[in-house]
Amino acid sequence: MSVDDRALPAKPPVIAPGHTSATVSDKIGEIVFRKTPRWWYFAFAGSFALVMLLLMALTKLVVEGTGIWGLNNPVGWGFAIINFVWWIGIGHAGTLISAILLLLRQEWRTSINRFAEAMTLFAVACAGLYPLIHVGRPWLAYWLLPYPNTMGMWPQFRSPLIWDVFAVSTYATVSLLFWFVGLIPDLATLRDRATSGFSQRIYGVLAMGWRGSAAHWHNYETAYLLLAGLATPLVVSVHTVVSFDFAVGQVPGWHATIFPPYFVAGAIFAGFAMVLTLAIPLRAIFNLHDFITIRHIQNMCKVMLATGLIVAYGYLIEIFMAWYSGHWYEQFMILNRITGPYRYHWWALILCNILVVQLLWIRKVRTTPVVAWIVAMFVNVGMWLERFVIVVTSLHRDFLPSSWGMYSGTFWDWATFIGSIGLFLALLFLFLRFLPMISIFEMRTILPKEEAES
Amino acid sequence: MDPGRRVGLYGLVAEFDNSDQLLRAAKGSRADGYRLVDAFTPYPIEEVSEALGHHHSKLPLIVLIGGILGALGGFFLQYWVSVIEYPLNIGGRPLNSWVSFIPVTFECTVLVASLSAVLGMLALNGLPRPYHPLFNEERFALASRDRYFLCIKKLDPAFDREGTRKFLEGFDPIGVYEVEN
Repeated sequence: MSVDDRALPAKPPVIAPGHTSATVSDKIGEIVFRKTPRWWYFAFAGSFALVMLLLMALTKLVVEGTGIWGLNNPVGWGFAIINFVWWIGIGHAGTLISAILLLLRQEWRTSINRFAEAMTLFAVACAGLYPLIHVGRPWLAYWLLPYPNTMGMWPQFRSPLIWDVFAVSTYATVSLLFWFVGLIPDLATLRDRATSGFSQRIYGVLAMGWRGSAAHWHNYETAYLLLAGLATPLVVSVHTVVSFDFAVGQVPGWHATIFPPYFVAGAIFAGFAMVLTLAIPLRAIFNLHDFITIRHIQNMCKVMLATGLIVAYGYLIEIFMAWYSGHWYEQFMILNRITGPYRYHWWALILCNILVVQLLWIRKVRTTPVVAWIVAMFVNVGMWLERFVIVVTSLHRDFLPSSWGMYSGTFWDWATFIGSIGLFLALLFLFLRFLPMISIFEMRTILPKEEAES
Repeated sequence: MDPGRRVGLYGLVAEFDNSDQLLRAAKGSRADGYRLVDAFTPYPIEEVSEALGHHHSKLPLIVLIGGILGALGGFFLQYWVSVIEYPLNIGGRPLNSWVSFIPVTFECTVLVASLSAVLGMLALNGLPRPYHPLFNEERFALASRDRYFLCIKKLDPAFDREGTRKFLEGFDPIGVYEVEN
């Protein structure tokens, strides 16, 4: 009796039939030990070149200061904040998949949670970079932390900016812990599979002597569930706090109570788009069609559609509240967004985040990976535009027409942004090469029982 | 402790092909009076942990304590900074504006609770442990792939080299191996 016959006759299985505990372990573990494929060198070299671009941009920044960016008065928050919010939003899908879907017992999450968590870590690393460099003197960024110092100064705990320091650093730490705890049994599998003394030693040290003891599993499972339970409210809090950075301010276009839920939904929307962007090529390259099935792609598309609709609702409410509030500046801000100098950004955002996403209602679109990938790319771009619109159009024309201005990114803004995409990809390629991209031990647990024992 | 403990036999290990056999052997060994029994599986199997008497983990309590300490620490850090050490008058708001302290208090709660979950889990499991006698048995590498192992330690009062071997063989294992310390 297999699980699928009994409960879900209509749904395709989350793992292709015919797999056993041994084949799952071998197929995923083998990717790490096989000879490095040629494409990997090209891909890694390409992304590493972008990391060099990032380093160049950062060096220029340290030498000359934030004047190399397009920041000005009135737009004091430019690419750095846009990219920060964009990256941290992308990270949210990883935690959602690993924690919330685990608590909801969504078995299909198992084959995508590992690399989605890795994606979270790398996205948070890229995100964390921006506030640090945006302070202008990154070597003094530790001033953000509360510590006894000779200046006798302390952070201002009533400010959302300091909440952000705690939220993002906690998020980075907990994501790393969650990811590493999930890796321990798989590192033991790699240790036991490794043939060279060097890799045995490295994986052996990382696996910390894991033996799969029943007593250990008992504590392990408890720890994993508790971490999921802790990460769930955490992930919601992180983007809520990020939205407070805006919502607590009084600038028209920022000062809105809809911001926390709309930011959290936007984060999940962007994150699932990025998971799809990565998962669809990976499953083709590594021939993982057995584990990342059409059902996974379908489900992720559905989550994207649902969160996309919440985001669309957020846009509508912004417009509605501007009218309903009877607030001149609020009304001008919305009109300026839709018809002002940045109108193309706004309309492109509506195209990417609302119109294109409606294609996902069609089953054929959800089940054709290439098309789903294209929709996901639209969302990636759209969510970046959303943050651009929120940051720039709100700031560039606020209360006093005499202080209006325009903003655009300079070469160095773009170099930093594209460089951070390179950093993200480079870390991802290293991860794919040296660690199992799918959680092996969790895959074993969702095998139909019969086959696990044959 | 006993200096002889580090040399000689560690215990007997039986290798099984499937989890049902392992579960039967685990239940059987407990019923037969063995106490120092451990099972090793490629993935968590709740029934096996329960059969071996692992009902309650101390971990939730550790995490609860960690969370409470994190919450208190986070809140009173802010209280001490904002009220005692560095009072700032921001638009006449109270120094102890506790509502604005909630986000950081929450983050500290989660941070310390998560750290205690991970460190607590490792501590309860006695990890990291680079050396373990079981790693001496070559077949044991399969415990992280697709095989199920049951180990009865020599220190178990009911342990008897021949008797225990016969007992384990009764469960139809792939093999029973002697593991040296």
